[in-house]
Amino acid sequence: MYGPTVAVDDVSFEVVAGEIFGLIGPNGAGKTTMECVEGLRTLDGGEVTVLGLSPTRDNYRLQDRIGVQLQEAQLQKRIKVREAVDLWASLYRTSVDPDRLIEQLGLTDKRDAWFMTLSGGQKQRLFIALALINDPELVFLDELTTGLDPQARRAIWDLVRGIRQRGKTVFLTTHLMEEAERLCDRVAIIDHGRIVDIGAPGELVRRHCRERTVIVGTSDPMAPDRFRAIPGVTSVIGDTTHLTIRGEGEDLVTRVIQCVATHGIAVTDFRTEVPTLEDVFLTLTGHTIRD
Amino acid sequence: MLRGLLTLTCLEIKIFVREPLGLFGTVGVPVLVFVLFGRLIGQRVRQGAPEMPRVLTADLPILVSILIVLSAVMSLVTVVAIYREGGILKRLRATPLRPHTILIAHVAVKLVFAVLTLLAMVLAGRRYLPADADVPWVSFALALLFTTVCLISLGFVLASVVPTARFAQPVGTLVFYPMLGLCGLFVPVAAMPASLQLVSKALPLTYAVSLLRGIWRGDGWLAHLGDVGILVMVLVGATALTVRVFRWS
Repeated sequence: MYGPTVAVDDVSFEVVAGEIFGLIGPNGAGKTTMECVEGLRTLDGGEVTVLGLSPTRDNYRLQDRIGVQLQEAQLQKRIKVREAVDLWASLYRTSVDPDRLIEQLGLTDKRDAWFMTLSGGQKQRLFIALALINDPELVFLDELTTGLDPQARRAIWDLVRGIRQRGKTVFLTTHLMEEAERLCDRVAIIDHGRIVDIGAPGELVRRHCRERTVIVGTSDPMAPDRFRAIPGVTSVIGDTTHLTIRGEGEDLVTRVIQCVATHGIAVTDFRTEVPTLEDVFLTLTGHTIRD
Repeated sequence: MLRGLLTLTCLEIKIFVREPLGLFGTVGVPVLVFVLFGRLIGQRVRQGAPEMPRVLTADLPILVSILIVLSAVMSLVTVVAIYREGGILKRLRATPLRPHTILIAHVAVKLVFAVLTLLAMVLAGRRYLPADADVPWVSFALALLFTTVCLISLGFVLASVVPTARFAQPVGTLVFYPMLGLCGLFVPVAAMPASLQLVSKALPLTYAVSLLRGIWRGDGWLAHLGDVGILVMVLVGATALTVRVFRWS
């Protein structure tokens, strides 16, 4: 327990080798869990096993086999990129070639630059390099893209997918739903220190958000009643130009299209809104992730 | 993990040198104090002229040595506070490095610069050294390193309790510099009022001054076992306390 609130209470999960596993939750919960797993924090109960080792008892052996990127970490202001990577390489029993790693992360131009002169994206790429220097079996990434612009964020996502391609396992925390959805094979949603559900993003959406929305542009006065007659439709609202059709079931969109075709409804616009992980989070926890 | 310690120490030295202001404060200021007073007072430093305060004549090298020690301590407190606040300590801990290796590397850096500053003082101000100076240099350098290590251990206690890096410098100054006035350099301890003598005897710096002054004069270490003993007690006590209260993040 840290302070008066229990950061993590009932959190049980397993991460499968070779996957990108994401922990989604309000700030604090995920990080605390991750720090326990990395051995930076001691547990006051429960059990954590990483690669068959205990993060507290076998800390040094474990550190040799994992790679870590911490949220809000800095390096010495005046350390050069190349020096940082070399230092890290010297700390582990095995290491990959520092020059190649720097090149793979697109930092070759910056190898002699001081840490303080790097941009946010460059700093994060350097931290990814440090997390990969020992060719780890398991990589921890904590709020990797927080504070980065969309372009830098996408570039980093590609790097993370590259890590998985090399057969590594990635364990990350994020509060960006888009990031979790696009990057993670499986996610665990944490709220108030407990895991609410675990699964592939698509699976979670199917499980918890069955409602689909179709927006149809039409001025046919008969249309609202025709749509209401579709089985599974729960509501049809709108004005003279657009109708919003809500209902349940995977085939709602198909049935709306069939209805349009059968009755020859003139349509000027057709959009669907598919629920996302964001909606799952809202459904499961009753609040948005930023609350 | 000796390799890690050596790599980290060498790297930290390089990084330290890249900040001109820090380098000037550590090496430049003590040397400048020595040369300036040496020039101002000139020959009288050498002769130990009775009309000048002792601290500016015979004790000038001791004053400068104490400045070297204090600047090492202050700089360490600041660096540790900055490294903690910036998450650098935490990041280094998430490696196979043993945590104490990280801190020992910083002590090593301070010791290297303490010796270098002493060397610079001697080279730059040789002609201002008191006339009869037949200083046992190796022994004195060792005494300086020993004193620095002992006072740095107090610095670690301070670094453990300062809330942020912004507080490190002022709090350190407040804790360490007033000791300067009562450590027997400016006024001999025996000449102080009884109450101040008590305070003086409670300050680690008093024993540091006594040891450095003695070794400079050519006393053997055996003649200063009392000073050494008390400084070792400070070192052991402060280190034990640091182990309990030090925060990595």
